[in-house]
Amino acid sequence: MREIETSSITQAVARLCQEANFVLGEDVLAALKQAQQTEESPLGREVLSQLIENAQIAEEERLPLCQDCGTAIVFLEIGQEIHITGGDLCAAVEEGVRQGYIQGYLRKSVVSQPFSARKNTKDNTPPVIHTEIVPGDRLKITVMPKGSGAENMSRLAMLKPSDGRQGIIDLVVRTVDEAGGNPCPPLIIGLGIGATGEKAMLLAKKALLRKVAEPNPDPEIAELEKEILSRVNDLGIGPLGFGGRTTALAVHAEVMPTHIASLPVAVNLQCHSARHQETIL
Amino acid sequence: MIKNIISPIEAEIIEKLTVGTRVLISGVIYTARDAAHQRLSQALDRGDKLPFDLKGQTLYYMGPSPAREGMIIGSAGSTTSSRMDIYTPRLIAAGIRAMIGKGNRSQQVREAIKKHKAVYLATIGGAGALLHKCIKQVEVIAYEDLGAEAILRLTVESFPAIVANDIYEEDLFEQGKAKYQRGRK
Repeated sequence: MREIETSSITQAVARLCQEANFVLGEDVLAALKQAQQTEESPLGREVLSQLIENAQIAEEERLPLCQDCGTAIVFLEIGQEIHITGGDLCAAVEEGVRQGYIQGYLRKSVVSQPFSARKNTKDNTPPVIHTEIVPGDRLKITVMPKGSGAENMSRLAMLKPSDGRQGIIDLVVRTVDEAGGNPCPPLIIGLGIGATGEKAMLLAKKALLRKVAEPNPDPEIAELEKEILSRVNDLGIGPLGFGGRTTALAVHAEVMPTHIASLPVAVNLQCHSARHQETIL
Repeated sequence: MIKNIISPIEAEIIEKLTVGTRVLISGVIYTARDAAHQRLSQALDRGDKLPFDLKGQTLYYMGPSPAREGMIIGSAGSTTSSRMDIYTPRLIAAGIRAMIGKGNRSQQVREAIKKHKAVYLATIGGAGALLHKCIKQVEVIAYEDLGAEAILRLTVESFPAIVANDIYEEDLFEQGKAKYQRGRK
């Protein structure tokens, strides 16, 4: 059985927290550059070019892309043939977040007692950790710093089966319309359809990890993504809400079977600063 | 056309700042976000002395990332303005003349802007590394215990923004959307 030391996990998480905050993915940059070609609004085009410039400055100067360095969301895909040694796995991840946010001069935005004292924990812990047991003998770690501007505009709806495909489209368009410029468009829209309430939310979040604008392999779902993207971009909200044709760069939907009585739909919005980095141990 | 303006912004300048006008702000601005707004508002309730005189000043809804060695501040882009809406009319009535943030404002804020001759300026949300370069001096003036939410006095140079709500009741977000929206609502 393959052994992985918790100390190497801590080290990997610390590094990923920093890389994710300093370096915008090639796929996101390519999508922003593509949008520059198609955006009709002159102000919108200028915003897009400033976002590209922002990414260059951040990478060169090792400055956070956005001052909101997010809640650290950590996805662990744990091969079932691995043995983790050297202590508590979640504590090792938490220590990695602590070290990464302190070493990287990243903003600490997490508060305890959310409805009362709201006291800053000073090291951006605890992270939100999602674990999944998968076949194999590898550990895949993905760190997604998620800013709250976009997270706050997310939503879950338990639709009726009769609402169907159109109900999903209407819900997403309404969600994006009501959010306006607040979630920092151009957005990536993560959709989780089916399963149960909590699973739909997780599917929507994981959909954001897909390469920008890579369609779902199922043609029916890809068609839905395409239609929603077109409807959302017809809203006219544009980059940062100043008006324009680029309200979203992509729609990523993940779908699972559901109960005969249910049609859960989760919408998780991702701002233009779509940050995530991964590694495999 | 881009207007260079000095902050604090003189009252006579406010009427020239119409929605869509691009500005480059130089001078002094104060940061305040959620927790600082709550404290300023509580101080006003109790009649306590405020950490700075609000008269004519500019607020920037921002909590920076920490400064690396050799830097005065980290990334410094705006947070979502609408979370301050509940406090803003009161602060405008108490003297605040300009606000810088991202996203749209409530009807109450827009009315207060008209009534007291103020202005709301939108900046590029999420461009924290870029805006960092416009900040030349940083001084913590209140609520240091709030960490990233402390009130800072910033000296800025050519800080880019665009007029989003003016005294003529116009709104950049509504105008922009109406211009580029297509097909069925």
